[in-house]
Amino acid sequence: MMPIWLALAKVLLAFVVGLGVVVLLVWFERKIVSDLQNRIGPNRAGPFGILQTVADGLKLFFKEQITPSRVERFVFELAPFLAVVPALMLFLVVPIARPIEITLDGAPYLLSFAALDINVGLLFALAMSSIAVYAIVLAGWSSGSKYPLIGGVRGSAQAISYEAAMGLSMVAVVMWVTTLPGVTDMGAMSVNEIVLRQQGTFFPDLLALSWIPQWNLIPQFPAFVIFMIAIFAETNRAPFDLVEAEQEIVAGFNTEYSGMRFAMFFLAEYLNMFTMSALAVSLFLGGWGGPFLDTIDGWAATALSFGYFLFKTGLVLFLFVWVRATLPRFRYDQLMQLGWKRLIPTALLWLILTTLVVSFREFGAPWA
Amino acid sequence: MTEYFQDYITVGAFIGLGAVLVLAMLGVASLLRPSNPTKAKYLTYECGVDPVGDGWAQSHVRYYIFGLLFVIFDVEAVFIFPWAIKLEELGMFGLVEMVVFIAILTVGLVYAIRKGVLKWE
Repeated sequence: MMPIWLALAKVLLAFVVGLGVVVLLVWFERKIVSDLQNRIGPNRAGPFGILQTVADGLKLFFKEQITPSRVERFVFELAPFLAVVPALMLFLVVPIARPIEITLDGAPYLLSFAALDINVGLLFALAMSSIAVYAIVLAGWSSGSKYPLIGGVRGSAQAISYEAAMGLSMVAVVMWVTTLPGVTDMGAMSVNEIVLRQQGTFFPDLLALSWIPQWNLIPQFPAFVIFMIAIFAETNRAPFDLVEAEQEIVAGFNTEYSGMRFAMFFLAEYLNMFTMSALAVSLFLGGWGGPFLDTIDGWAATALSFGYFLFKTGLVLFLFVWVRATLPRFRYDQLMQLGWKRLIPTALLWLILTTLVVSFREFGAPWA
Repeated sequence: MTEYFQDYITVGAFIGLGAVLVLAMLGVASLLRPSNPTKAKYLTYECGVDPVGDGWAQSHVRYYIFGLLFVIFDVEAVFIFPWAIKLEELGMFGLVEMVVFIAILTVGLVYAIRKGVLKWE
């Protein structure tokens, strides 16, 4: 039984890590994109311009906030909440460091570093990521304007198309992890559990290959590819940023937003990017796992595992930025073709293949 | 209070904290920002010219078809998740059932593609 203060401390930790990373992430993206485009990028506020996001945020506090006369007021004001809150919630189920054994009231207690360690963690994440679409569609509709409405409708169609593929790729992972040999029959829907089962190596007995970590990335590589494409689309990032295609529909669903309300959508976009990357790391890249974790113990190991987690998430985020600087935007029909005619059939096929392999492992060959 | 409910109190606390964060930021901004309304500022933005019509544009009905298809595949995922967890217990029977289920849905998707409803031109 976890005391209330501990639960609150976990919530606060998740909160601080989430927001702190976002502040760095905006700077990180601008810096990387400017490097890739042979520009200097932000370099005035703080060392290497690292405080640029803080400066921009402060600026937005002093900007006039306009509510155009045609908006549906209540929904218009509700939408920024619907954007930020689910984006934060998604981060709750992600374990950010290795669990540590502590003494609590004289009894040993295993402290896990996911703020919320529930047995339906993955479903929770899926649910939160689908709530995010409400913010886009409601913001677009309530603006009472043409461009936001088009952006909102596009956003909802895009999000639902890729969510199906994302869900199916997650199922394959869950199935693979649940039936790993030597594991008791405890469901592996908890993200914590999935990360735990990726620790260790594939071939502990073969010295030459014993360094290969037991990450889902290797046996579930197609699922990883599908998942990555889907999270690019879910977070409305390039090359899937048709929701806010500047050349066609101004700023898309947030055209009529200004001042701090606009900042909320901006915050939500980057939070979503971070939490989705963290989820990808947890599902496929071994979460907080890494070398030398077993050689040290106590809080040092926890800190190191947190470092691994941030490093891997940083790599995935770099991929986001790299793709943005490299690929042009899709056309809408291409987007839909890719989603429905490529990703979903591939995900279904991969699911059936995984099922067959897993059943072979579980029940033996049908001809035996 | 069981562990189970405590987990969802955490969820509640987080929703509360998130909402408070947004409220606080909007609140602080409302104290700091200037308010200098003119009539033109409150017009709907349409690239600088006066807005035409009543705001909402029409959107194509084909978005609706994608909505319908999505419901099918999302419900499918809802069924597949618990089965994936209980694969070992349900055994060969569950496996065959699920392959049949997925096959029927795949036939549906192929039908939709052949009918041309996913064509976007």
